[in-house]
Amino acid sequence: MSIIQINNLCKNYGKLQAINNLSIELNSGQIVGLVGPNGSGKSSLLRILGAFDMAYSGEVLINGLKPGLESRKIVSYLSDKPYISESLRAEQMIKLYSDFFSDFNQEKAFNMLELFKLKPEQKLKEMSKGMGDKIQVLLTMSRDAKIYLLDEPISGVDPASRKIILRSMIEGFSEDALMIVSTHLLNDIENIIDSVLFLDSGQIKIKGSTDDLREQYGKSINELFEQIFQ
Amino acid sequence: MSYKFDESQPIYLQLIEIFKTNIANGTWQAGEKIDSVRNLALSFAVNPNTVQRALVELENIGLAYSQRTTGRFVTQNQVLITNLKHEMAEHKTRDFVSQMQAIDIEQKEILDLVQRCLNSEDN
Repeated sequence: MSIIQINNLCKNYGKLQAINNLSIELNSGQIVGLVGPNGSGKSSLLRILGAFDMAYSGEVLINGLKPGLESRKIVSYLSDKPYISESLRAEQMIKLYSDFFSDFNQEKAFNMLELFKLKPEQKLKEMSKGMGDKIQVLLTMSRDAKIYLLDEPISGVDPASRKIILRSMIEGFSEDALMIVSTHLLNDIENIIDSVLFLDSGQIKIKGSTDDLREQYGKSINELFEQIFQ
Repeated sequence: MSYKFDESQPIYLQLIEIFKTNIANGTWQAGEKIDSVRNLALSFAVNPNTVQRALVELENIGLAYSQRTTGRFVTQNQVLITNLKHEMAEHKTRDFVSQMQAIDIEQKEILDLVQRCLNSEDN
């Protein structure tokens, strides 16, 4: 059984249709790139899968369950908007996460904190935007989850930190985990993903294995993206 | 992380070429255990499934084999490795010759050029 099943999903914001009758099944053991122009529905889709938005129509099943408190136990979601308290120190946030999620791996978190050259005692409000973004990624990647939903994990950080995040994605990969990563920085990420979903106006325009698409079109995934959406 | 892939071509095919080169030049010795999929994915900064696909292809052409409990190894068959070297050399030479012909270099000049390059490398 696919770990994510979506049937006829629709999501509206008033008159604006963010997701338009989208159906797809996704299996574990892959890193899926979710790409598309601004407003194509990437973040809306990830929010629904992460059980942070229940106002949709159609069917969504996460490991056989409707998105909710139960599904969140196996889903590690990196939102495009920060949602942790600014007054906490990095080490307190790690503690909070490990209290909250039984699959949280503290060793991984402190290890990544060191790689990012961040101080455990530093408060989020004393951090730059990029540093705060790194903390969010670190907290998300330090769970041993079944599904990772990463909304733009590398867009706000410097190139050296991008490499660390990409490494953590390869390290976090496992046969029984699914990673979905949305991005507009395909250049950095296209070798890390093994399949890709091109979203346009809330619908899937192209999907497939990255290497198969390269073979079929003789183009990089980034070039294919530019060709489709120019 | 230093390897630069041509992203307009399938990555797994490029990995196969790298792995073949490693076997041909002895970076990967005959019978040696091949690094884990995860470690190879990390060192080339590519998706683990892509590495897996390349290694399976390497097995299909006999250059590697899997042992259920201990992992994946380079073939111990020296004949296969020697054949691989010759195949790769011939392929690269054909490419070189057709590039020379494309800029209208005659046979004698090609041979002279090769000889001169080899000589200058000796010095």
